[in-house]
Amino acid sequence: MDVGQSEGTGRDWFLAGMRGIASLPAIILMLSFVGFCAFTAQAGVPVEQVVFMTGIVWALPAKVILVGSIMSGANLLTAFIAVTLSSIRLMPMVAALIPEIRTSRTPTWLLLLLSHFVAITAWVFAMERIQTVPRQHRIAFFAGFGVTLVLANMLLVAIVYRFVAEFPPIIAGCLFFLTPVYFLASIWSSARHPVIYVALVIGLIAGPFFYWLAPEFDILLAGVGGGTLAWVVERAWRMKQRAGT
Amino acid sequence: MANEAKGGHMSWDDGWWAYAFIAIAGWLATDLWRWLGVLAGNRLREDSEALNWVRAVATALVAAVVAKLILYPTGILEQSPLWLRLGAIAAGTLAFFVFRQKPAIGIGTAIAALGIGLFLLGF
Repeated sequence: MDVGQSEGTGRDWFLAGMRGIASLPAIILMLSFVGFCAFTAQAGVPVEQVVFMTGIVWALPAKVILVGSIMSGANLLTAFIAVTLSSIRLMPMVAALIPEIRTSRTPTWLLLLLSHFVAITAWVFAMERIQTVPRQHRIAFFAGFGVTLVLANMLLVAIVYRFVAEFPPIIAGCLFFLTPVYFLASIWSSARHPVIYVALVIGLIAGPFFYWLAPEFDILLAGVGGGTLAWVVERAWRMKQRAGT
Repeated sequence: MANEAKGGHMSWDDGWWAYAFIAIAGWLATDLWRWLGVLAGNRLREDSEALNWVRAVATALVAAVVAKLILYPTGILEQSPLWLRLGAIAAGTLAFFVFRQKPAIGIGTAIAALGIGLFLLGF
């Protein structure tokens, strides 16, 4: 990436964003998409719908929950609630990114359009590197990366779908495992608030607990219940720290 | 109508209804929050307690999904022993923290541990 150059045209920066496809976060994400593709192939989702979902939903956790909900026979409302609750995290992510990438002249419709490309990987990538991009070219840089990443993964899914079913079991297993492992590592390493660590640990325990208690609403309950507990714990700890000093 | 007969459920071969289902429960359910994020972008206070709670709930939700993927996987991993999956996570976690929290190292170690385990078990 040509982050060393201080100026250049919007086209240059769009291309610089596109080259982000060769970065480590992008490569891990693409491998995770191969894993997701294996998951959908085993779940019996037709390839057209996998490509459609990749482009239109984009966020990987949301897609896993969507496919999981459909497999468990959830109706439209239940699936919507499960997916939407898992996607609340996109709001603060987008809200944190917007002030970084826009200028006073950026139209809101463009930001609404570009917000679609925000998911964990694009967000981590952008928050890490956007500071090195001149402000007037940040929209172009993010658009270049976001659009390329989505299109590349749609193409990838369309191509590998027919092969994933014939993968050796070890490869298929490892690729499937990449998704949860990648989420764990990327959430922990990109966390900028202490409550994230607490919530991640509590959520890992709350998930199986609520699955055992109420399998139909496990994710929802683990999120609201576990998340609230994490917030209470972290807040109490923070208050104690403040009172102690 | 197919969807009325199914009471709002869907199966993969439902044609237009499958796409409509994905669009509503997938696209609308996610982009809704992205749009709200844009609108809130300038007004949202980064240090507010409400946002902290939202962060906690959001993270716990994804963590719950992760735990389910590890404990109750589908496909080939369904036949793998639980101790192998948990052991691979433990090895990856250890490597992650020993090597300055580099995601690539944690991910690589966990996947390698799982792969070796599957190989030794004759998968």
